[in-house]
Formats: sequence, structure tokens, C-alpha cells
Amino acid sequence: MVEVEVVIKNKAGLHTRPAANLVKTAAKFKSDFFIYKDGFEINGKSIIGVMTLAAEQGAKLLLRFDGEDEQEAARAVCELFERGFDEV
Amino acid sequence: MIEDRHKPEIIFKGIPAAPGISIGKVFLYVKDIPTTVEKVIRPEEVENEIQKLKDALKRSEKELQKILSFAQEKIGEGKSKILEAQIMILRDQFLLKSFEKRIRSELRNAEYIVSDEIGKYEKMMLMAQDDYMHERAHDVDDLKNRIIRNMQQTKLISKFDEAAIVVAHNLTPADTVIFSRNTVLGYATDRGGITSHAAILSRALKIPAVLGLGDISRRVSNGDTIIIDGYSGIVILNPSLEQQTKYQAKKEKYLQHEAKLAQIKNLPAVTIDNHKIELSANIEFEEEIEYLHMQGSQGVGLFRSESMLINRESIPTEEEQYQVYKLFAERIYPNRIIIRTFDVGGDKIAPNTIEEANPFLGWRGIRIFLDHKDLFLDQLRAILRASTRKNVAIMFPMVSTVEEILEAKKILEKAKSQLKAKKIKFDPNIKIGAMIEVPSAAVAADIIAQEVDFLSIGTNDLTQYLLAVDRGNNVVSSLYQEFHPSVIRTIKYIIEAGHKGNKWVGMCGELAGNPLATVLLVGLGLDEFSVIPTILPEIKRIIRAIKYSDAKLLASEVLKLTTTEEILRFLKTYLQKNFKDIIINNNNK
Repeated sequence: MVEVEVVIKNKAGLHTRPAANLVKTAAKFKSDFFIYKDGFEINGKSIIGVMTLAAEQGAKLLLRFDGEDEQEAARAVCELFERGFDEV
Repeated sequence: MIEDRHKPEIIFKGIPAAPGISIGKVFLYVKDIPTTVEKVIRPEEVENEIQKLKDALKRSEKELQKILSFAQEKIGEGKSKILEAQIMILRDQFLLKSFEKRIRSELRNAEYIVSDEIGKYEKMMLMAQDDYMHERAHDVDDLKNRIIRNMQQTKLISKFDEAAIVVAHNLTPADTVIFSRNTVLGYATDRGGITSHAAILSRALKIPAVLGLGDISRRVSNGDTIIIDGYSGIVILNPSLEQQTKYQAKKEKYLQHEAKLAQIKNLPAVTIDNHKIELSANIEFEEEIEYLHMQGSQGVGLFRSESMLINRESIPTEEEQYQVYKLFAERIYPNRIIIRTFDVGGDKIAPNTIEEANPFLGWRGIRIFLDHKDLFLDQLRAILRASTRKNVAIMFPMVSTVEEILEAKKILEKAKSQLKAKKIKFDPNIKIGAMIEVPSAAVAADIIAQEVDFLSIGTNDLTQYLLAVDRGNNVVSSLYQEFHPSVIRTIKYIIEAGHKGNKWVGMCGELAGNPLATVLLVGLGLDEFSVIPTILPEIKRIIRAIKYSDAKLLASEVLKLTTTEEILRFLKTYLQKNFKDIIINNNNK
């Protein structure tokens, strides 16, 4: 299991487009992917879940990956957050 | 049309959103909310239930794809993003699995599980303290109802054979687009306002519309006779034969009047004694350009660039903005378009929602963008790049002091040098203007005039700041008086201040489009009127029928009057005496 804390960098937060991007990236891996924020647990492979998070710029999220390719999945997803979903 | 003896005549008053009169039969568009009942199912029914769900998801996706392609064609890519997100949710494998899992383990019907499961997400979205998430909750609700409706195999009827007046609770852009394939005589809705998409589209399509009627959709039935008056906002349900005859006559009179106005469409706005006025229009959306040409506008005196922010989550990039400005500049050419930089804040959309006790006295207009120079630079470069045909000007909103203009000019110079460095073409002599809508700017209009090429008076904010009246506040809104002597004197002062500096002075507030004010404003020396396109021909006709010398006399008479009431009475009497057939449409309210 891998746990990483990330901060949302892009101005508009985790709105529709980045949410879609995140889900698509996560879907490439076999590992389970959950996001924790303010006591909520969301399946990171579900678009409706990620949209519901309403994560704004500056929000901290805990990401948890669990499965055979958890390292690779964590790397790919964290990179997305790092780049601010290419819309900083 | 036959009088229905069983039903009483009911008169509604709403917001006149698109001009014209229509008499016809009601087509009631009900997006009824499907009801779901929790049912226990037998284990052998599970697979069948899941198949039903999958079919419903497929049908829903097909429906949405169809609407999406229409929407992209009619309202543009940007605004159809919401529909795309709905389609993605339909394809959410995790969501589908959780439906399946619950159907199997709880042995409940699919309709109930879908409603309960999506309902949970909806509740969470509604808990967020932000409008954007609340809007998304509505979208999700819409989607939920679509899936359930498809499981119940009921269809939304959006087609009708005979020409009809569409009555609905609310019309989304998708609805309006779909209906425009039928013969629509008019729209009447419970909700919505003058700037809603339904309103803009109906104006562009020349279909009369009255919106914001309260509960009309609950009080009509299919086939009822109805009259809608898109000039006054009056809607009459089950009209008597007498009413029908009266409105038929009114309709013909209006049509004749419009035909008369259409004759001067291509003529300039010039007084009998050859005093030229520039008459242009205020616009927000691409769909309005065609209508603007039809109305004989000489250009755009105010393009509200913040309209691009509607239904968006982020400020558009330089490139996205450039594409929009370029398109407008090309379609308005050879006439001029004045692009107002984003006017956000106050009661308008803000880039980041911050709580302000007094938003109208807070962070808005140019104040925001002087604090966000990167965003300001993006917008200025985009406007500059669209200015190669030399028909673009820039206007800054909410200026309260000359320093802001000096600062904005510095940033504009920086934007120019950035483009120069990259060898990108633009109009190096692009004209800049300041909106005069804050009293401190009005009092210092002579100082500001020295730093800009033109001034444009924003009467809506100027009136409310000058009189210290929030017009959205019902308790004091009657004190919001555009014809207050202080407002008239201030306008006179601003015009004179501009002229002393050899700068032209325009007006883009509502007063410019009020026929009661036209002669007065001409008399005060206003050079440019920028009005909503619907009223433009009427204003032009008044200008063409008067003498500048008479208008000046009228203005000096008005300046002698001491109360709003006296001024209004004077102007009304003048208008009734000299323009007997005037149709004062309330569109500019």
C-alpha cells in the first residue's frame, strides 16, 4: 500500500476536466485508488466521486494506492497533481 | 380562435425577454420528475433488473450525445462541457458496479438503487459552500431523472406538429435548441431573465418570449389559448374574444411600426440639422451579432467580455479569448467594437469567491485585475491580437481614480512590447476608454479624460453609487432614480469634462436605451449611445426626427427642474406630444 499527500495547484481546483483526467489516468492501473479529504473517502476511479470532492486550489488530499502496480500508479497520479493538471 | 367558456381569463406579468406578440395554443413542456418506489425483488429477477439498468444507461447516453451535438453547433464548445461531464458519469464503471452490487445484495429494484445512490452524491454536492457545486448537483439530479425515466420507458416529448407557444418551468439551452426545430410561436416560462440563454436565443431567432412568470407552467394545460406580449411582459391565459381581437390589432400595429423602423435601418443616426450621433449596441454573446446587424447597429459600444466566464470554471486562456475577440472584431468590421475588460465582482461572477460584506464597494472591475496583473496581461494581449483591422477599442470598468488608468496603461504598454518582441501584429494606436460609473471618477472626469481617448458613462452603477441606493434592495429600490436631478447634472458634467479635453463621450448604461431620455441626452451633447439591440431602431428614429438646437433647449429646460417627478413628467409630456406612436418597450428595464 502506498499513501501520498498532495496539494491542488491549479486555480480552478478539481473541477470537471481535471477530474476526468485523474480518473482516466487511474484507470490505466490495476491497483485500487482511494482519495481521502475531510473525512470523506472517494474511489479515485469514479468520475462522480471525484467531482463530489469539490476540492479547491490549495486543498490537501490523501491518496491511497493498493495493488500490484501501486508504485507506478502513485507516480503517474502524483505527477498529474504536480503539473497542476496542465492548467496552472 | 374559439373562446373557451369554461376557463377564466388569467393575466400574468413577467420579464419581456424577446419582442413581439403571439397568440396561439399552449404546448406545455413538463420535465416531470419521475417517482421511484422501493420494491423488493426475488433473486431470480436480479439479472433482468441489471439488464434494464444497463439499457437505460445506454439510452440516456444516446439522448445526451444527440443533445450535445446540437448544443455544440448552436451554443459553442465551451458551454456544452456540462453535457460532456454527464456522459462521463454514465460511463463511470465504478458507479455501475456499485449499482450492481447493491441490487444483488439488497435485492431492491434498480430504479430505487439508482435514485438512492446518486442521491448520496447529490447531497454531498449540496453540502459544499459554493454555487458551482450546487449547479453541479442540479446537473447530477437531471442525469438521475434521465436514467430513471429511461428505465420507466417514458419519453420526453419535445416535438409537436402544430405551431405552438411553449410554456415551461424553465428552459435550459439544450431545451431551447431542441424546440427551435419546431414551429415555435413564443416562449413563456416560470423562471429565467433577460440574459438567460433562452432569452438570447429567442431574440436571435425573432421568437417572442416572456420569462420569469412565476407559476404559469402549473396553471396552463396543453391546447389552452394564450397571448404573449414580448414588449410589455404581459401574458394572458384563456383570453376572451375581445382580448384576442385587441391583441391582434396591437400585433398588427407593432408590425407596421417595426416595418417603418426597418426602413431607416441602414440610415445614420443624425438629427434634422445634421448633428451626427454614433448609435451602437451592447452585446454579450456571439448569437446576438446577427440580430445586431438586423437592427442596423453601427457597431458595438460595449462588449461585456465577462460573458465568457459564464458556465466556466476557470478564466479563459489568452488563446481562447483571442479566438472570441477575433471572431467578434471580424463580424463587426468595418464598424468598431469596444471590448470592456472583465467586469467581475459586485453582483457579478468573481474568479475566486471571497466573502465581502459590501461587494459593490469591494473588489470588482479594474481593481481585481490590477491585483492580478498576469490575468490582465493575458486579456490585453488577446484584445491587442484581435485589433489588427483597427476596429477594436479597450474600455476599463469601475475606474475610481486616475492612478488606475495610469497603471492600466503601463500594463497595456507591457502587453504591446511582449507582442512586439514576438513579432505578433496588433493595432499600435488602439484607443482606450474609461467607464465613468463611480462618483469619484465622475467628479474627476476632466483629469481622467486627459489620459484616455474616450469616456463611457455607466448609468446603472453611477446612479446607485451617486444616490447611495442598492437597486436590488426592495426596501430602497424606489429611490433608484435615473432621472434624478443629481444624475442628470453629473452626466452633463462628465460630457463637458470630456469635450473640454477633446474626447468623445458615450453612454452604455440603461439610460442610453430609454426613449424618454434620448432627446435630453442628445441635448446634453452625448456623442455615442450604446443600447440593447432591441431598442436601437426606436432610438434612431427619435434622433432622426429632432433638431439638435431643440434638444439643447429641452436639456436646458430639464436642468432647471428640481425633482425627479418634475423631470419625468416633463419628458413624458414631450414624448407623447411629439412621438405619438412611440412604443415604450420595457426591455431596457
